[in-house]
Amino acid sequence: MITSHLPILQVVVPLMAAPLMVVLRSGAAAWTLAVAASWTALAIAAGLFLEVAGGNVVSYWIGSWPPPWGIEYRIDIVNAFLALLVSFIAAVVIVYCRESVRAEVPRERHYLFYAMYALCLSGLLGIAVTGDAFNLFVFLEISSLSSYVLIALGRDRRALMAAYQYLILGTIGATFYVIGVGLLYLLTGTLNLADMAARLPAVSDHRSVLAALAFITVGISLKLALFPLHLWLPNAYAYAPSAVTAFLAATATKVSVYVLLRFYFTVFSGSGIFDDRPLAPIWITLSLAAMFIASAIAIFQNNVKRLFAYSSVAQIGYITLGVSFGSVYGLTAGIVHLFNHAVTKGALFMLLGGIALRLGTVRFDAIGGIGRAMPFTSFGIVLAGLSLIGVPATVGFVSKWYLVLAALERGDAWLAFAVVGSSLLAVVYVWRFVEVAYFREPTTEVARLREAPLSMLVPAWLMVLACFYFGLDTGVTLGGAGAAAESLLRGPR
Amino acid sequence: MTLANHYSYWVIIFLAIAGLYIVIARGNLVKKLVGLSIFQTSVYLLYVAPGKLIGGTAPIVSPQFQVYSNPLPHVLILTAIVVGVATLALGLALVVRLEEAYGSIEEDEILPQDRDA
Repeated sequence: MITSHLPILQVVVPLMAAPLMVVLRSGAAAWTLAVAASWTALAIAAGLFLEVAGGNVVSYWIGSWPPPWGIEYRIDIVNAFLALLVSFIAAVVIVYCRESVRAEVPRERHYLFYAMYALCLSGLLGIAVTGDAFNLFVFLEISSLSSYVLIALGRDRRALMAAYQYLILGTIGATFYVIGVGLLYLLTGTLNLADMAARLPAVSDHRSVLAALAFITVGISLKLALFPLHLWLPNAYAYAPSAVTAFLAATATKVSVYVLLRFYFTVFSGSGIFDDRPLAPIWITLSLAAMFIASAIAIFQNNVKRLFAYSSVAQIGYITLGVSFGSVYGLTAGIVHLFNHAVTKGALFMLLGGIALRLGTVRFDAIGGIGRAMPFTSFGIVLAGLSLIGVPATVGFVSKWYLVLAALERGDAWLAFAVVGSSLLAVVYVWRFVEVAYFREPTTEVARLREAPLSMLVPAWLMVLACFYFGLDTGVTLGGAGAAAESLLRGPR
Repeated sequence: MTLANHYSYWVIIFLAIAGLYIVIARGNLVKKLVGLSIFQTSVYLLYVAPGKLIGGTAPIVSPQFQVYSNPLPHVLILTAIVVGVATLALGLALVVRLEEAYGSIEEDEILPQDRDA
């Protein structure tokens, strides 16, 4: 039965689509294939999510080799939630890509762009479904290498330097991860994450376990742009093609957060390595620094894409803050914010891509009065901005509400105030856009602009509406995140 | 637990730190990639070295042999080498494009060119 092979198809469908696109050498054909591949991936992810929603675990043995000898794809509610998120974003962004890429990427490179997009998607989905530490590294590199290429395809020459810097830091991060996995392999003799978790307690008094934890933490923190390891992110997001920014901002860092969750709560949790070690205060400090410092830097940006890139660093702080509480509420807040922030930032960067398409720039000094020329785009940005701030009835409110609940549950009222306080910084930078877009006289150049094409507006507005729909009906997102949090806290099975 | 017993680890640590140092300290974009490659190579050794047992043979079961080397690290590192080569190739391709766009491969000369832009 084909349905029993869903876990591997999740990865293989986009992976196979990529070389096919290179063979076809046609931008239009490649786009059609990319749409087919990402929508198929979404259908598969939805199928897997429904299968594990009841608490089942799907274990798929590659080549029928039983784990821990063969590579196992192990899907529980956490993986399924993440795969669903990644493939949902990919399916929406690919529709948006058509017009945006036509405007921003030279025609002869279109098929390569879509091939890289499909590769990046398969890498991210691979990280989500695999249950093998080394397999995870390979997928991490597939997604990273393709995202360096995607970023370098930006129009501005600064995109090249951004891609180069991301390549250096990303490779250091991935290599740190491999060192950590190597140390764990030396200790346990296994690469299967579940098996590793079962064997670690026996060797947990060994100092290498601590070294492995440190290497994996730093490596993955580089990939997820935890403050102060976020230096690659602002330029990469600011100068990449708009569609790439929308896709990566919504998925890449989120997948890295998942890897961190997997190692902390599945692999290391049973080994007792966290006892008597002040890890939570470190995470809370770094998260707070991200929330305040990155938000403050965002306020002073002149490029709107860079502004929202810094805001992404701040939002990652909310996610790690929730995770560092280590409680059901905290983890639920962190995981639900993965989804909520992906939808919000996806919407924002897609709408900004519309402005970049019509005007060629998204600098504050150039977009004055854009609210009159491009009303739907600007209003969408304001609505998504409300979700970024965390206004009730938006998804941003849901995650912050849970974050505040988790902080109060710990008895740390000041953390709850910190969450609210840093949201006020978000008010400031979103207001900057409102002020420039609506209260300035449009220049003649801006006044001549037409609204963004429908094929870009519709997917972007779908995301904006998702910000509100999932803000009001939290059944799927909170339900999924809550179940994922409980499954993680139960530890390995 | 003498220094000589663990010399392979000392080699690994030296290579890792030397590689990372080059990445941080050098402004030349090609030299940075060289450093990155050295750093990655140290990790290849970290995997491969413990897999070899002195006197061990290939893991083919035979009554004549009792000690076997672990072949899995080699296979893993084969994959990692491919990844490393791909990274290096992409990095060098980016440096070529940077040279075309800026006329330099020195970080100090590239970054100021955009500051006023």
